[in-house]
Amino acid sequence: MESMAIADRLRAEFPDEFLDTVTHQGQTAVIIRPGRIVAILRWLRDTDDLRLNHLRSLCGVDNVRRKDPRLSRFEVVYNLYSIPLRHEIRIRAEVGDKEPAIDSVVGLWSGANWLERETYDLMGISFNGHPDLRRVLLPEDWKGHPLRKEYPLKGKEEWTGITELLEKIKELDQHGFDPAGHAHGQNQPDEEEP
Amino acid sequence: MTPPLKQTLEIPVADGEAERYSLRMGPQHPATHGVLRVDLELDGETIIECKPQVGYLHRGFEKLAENRTYSQALILTDRLDYIAAMANNVGYCLAVEKLLAISVPLRAQYIRTLVCEMSRLCSHLLWLATHALDIGAMTVFLYCFREREILLDLFEELCGARLTFSYPRIGGVRQDVTSYFIDELQRFLDIFPSRIAEYETLIDTNRIWLKRTVGVGVVSGDQALALGLTGACLRGSGVDYDLRKHQPYDAYDQVEFEVPLGSDGDIYARYRCRMEEMHQSVHIIQQCIDQLPPGPIIGLDAPDLVMPNKVPARIEAGSSTYGTGLIRLIRDRDLYLSGDIYVATEVPKGELGFYFISDGNNRPYRMHIRSPSFIHIGALATIAKGEMLADLIANIGSLDVVLGESDR
Amino acid sequence: MGEITEPSMVKLEEGVRYIPGVNALLGPLNALVNWGRAGSIWPVTFGLACCAIEMMDAGASTNDLDRFGILFRASPRQADCMVVAGTLTKKMAPVLRRVYDQMPEPRYVLAMGSCACSGGVFDTYAVTQGVDQILPVDVYVPGCPPRPEALMEGFIKLQEKIRKEQFRWSQWR
Repeated sequence: MESMAIADRLRAEFPDEFLDTVTHQGQTAVIIRPGRIVAILRWLRDTDDLRLNHLRSLCGVDNVRRKDPRLSRFEVVYNLYSIPLRHEIRIRAEVGDKEPAIDSVVGLWSGANWLERETYDLMGISFNGHPDLRRVLLPEDWKGHPLRKEYPLKGKEEWTGITELLEKIKELDQHGFDPAGHAHGQNQPDEEEP
Repeated sequence: MTPPLKQTLEIPVADGEAERYSLRMGPQHPATHGVLRVDLELDGETIIECKPQVGYLHRGFEKLAENRTYSQALILTDRLDYIAAMANNVGYCLAVEKLLAISVPLRAQYIRTLVCEMSRLCSHLLWLATHALDIGAMTVFLYCFREREILLDLFEELCGARLTFSYPRIGGVRQDVTSYFIDELQRFLDIFPSRIAEYETLIDTNRIWLKRTVGVGVVSGDQALALGLTGACLRGSGVDYDLRKHQPYDAYDQVEFEVPLGSDGDIYARYRCRMEEMHQSVHIIQQCIDQLPPGPIIGLDAPDLVMPNKVPARIEAGSSTYGTGLIRLIRDRDLYLSGDIYVATEVPKGELGFYFISDGNNRPYRMHIRSPSFIHIGALATIAKGEMLADLIANIGSLDVVLGESDR
Repeated sequence: MGEITEPSMVKLEEGVRYIPGVNALLGPLNALVNWGRAGSIWPVTFGLACCAIEMMDAGASTNDLDRFGILFRASPRQADCMVVAGTLTKKMAPVLRRVYDQMPEPRYVLAMGSCACSGGVFDTYAVTQGVDQILPVDVYVPGCPPRPEALMEGFIKLQEKIRKEQFRWSQWR
């Protein structure tokens, strides 16, 4: 089935949730409200002539620099593919501006578990009903969400783990075999013994 | 008075949950293929709970790509799955080409298909080497590296690098193949099937290998789909999903090959799938050599590499340096369309997808990488649960994970 | 207090005394110890990223590091050299330091690849800019990734360095 036809089916089935469709290079994305995301994805997965049973990717997007009035600041993008019927569709859920949150789809695809954790980690979008919503790539006590547009590439402040480690290294070097510590890389000069 | 010997040898048997303990494996462990950490809850040797921890190689690819132009971000994809860097490069280039509507000449498509399959051989050889080494077959490791070295030498002849190539470029490939390269590749293809047979004599019916792999780490087809497994891990469970057939890219619709499928979904089925894939790769490379068409290797509308035919006059007049001239050139050409795209390719590990958002700038607004390894490691928790501790190593090996790709 | 006043000590200049004849003994002992160490570098495998593949390659059939007496050990407690092969992220840094601290003295560090030397292309929030912030590094091997031959050259440089060492085995040095 063509992606556009799937989008039309979706619009007929969930008229209240539907916002818009966007097509680029033959790929169609449906922009929806986040409220009934689980119902929509379950319908897409289980309807007989759609059977979009493969969740290809799930990611968050920060739209703060995209000048598009239809879009809210954060959105979650689901790419779906049907292995038996070989068609695809993209679902873009607008999840709001402050404290973005959306229902978790782990109940539909257990593989979404880590993808949602990653989105929470890097983008700061939380997922209601997720079984284990923790950071996955960055350390637990990391501050901020790097993929947000206001986060600088090199980070805002040093992670506390690194500052603690550097202090510990200073202390360890005092008691080390070589009190010069880091200087042992630059070794002693080749002096002759007297 | 010393007690009788029999009494001292009696081993106390713990009842109930007394034998429960937790074990941290990694991140520095020779069998975790990099910097994977697995937190385990054990009952004796049985795994009750398995929690993989990743992120020890998180370098911030997606953020870094937002700060680079499309051509500059290409080199990052080399460092994704560094075992099969060509396949990653091709996946990235395909996504950008589709996003910006850039055409690729036919000869470049064939060369890309060829290097992709060479890359698949490289990756599967390394997988077999390390997987067998983990299970205890040292000889296979040395044999596989012998053949892998030939492939790396061929890559070096092609583009000068052994691991990180950046050879496929947006709009084509960097340089043409030489006749020496084709001859050497042909020689390799002639000997390689016999080398695969050599590995198979070593382990295919080896009793230890069979004991460690058959019936271990079983994933059913539905379970594999729900977990998001792709590549040989999914095909080992009997689901026919290969992007080279489903959504053919480059020259894959011009060549004939079969997609090997397993049925049992255990480690042995995945092993057989990958071994068959190696045969198929040889077949594809042979066809690419035979059918390689003449023509240009890079399209005329490729950014940053080829100047457009008609250079606007105001570039020479308006700018003093080459850099600003180029930027203005790019702006003038309206090359950078707005929109979003998801393009997936079948890399040796599974489905590698790039989701791009462009806002009309010469840098990606957002680049998301759907890396198969990340999802496979996530699935490890489900697969390894209830199995023995020693089988965890076999499971990690058979999922074929690369931490660089997983953590990005 | 603490002044060594034994008659056998010869005063060379202010603050420097030595026992006659000892150097004739210690010089050859130095050479012997260094010879032994240089010929049996046992690195702990600390494969982090791409460079680890080239490190494996260096140890496998074609390049065969074993012929230099270099055997990769999986445990830091059996090793005396650490090859940091690949990008060191901030999350990994405490682990790296812990593994280093578990190694017995004398220990050497070989930073392999641009990322380990200086951070390489990954100048981002999550990556340390060079392992020398965390560890003392003896030999830097640049390249992205370095070829196995370059790693071998790095090991030869490390051997040269070990051969020049004085009293690395004694408490007094």
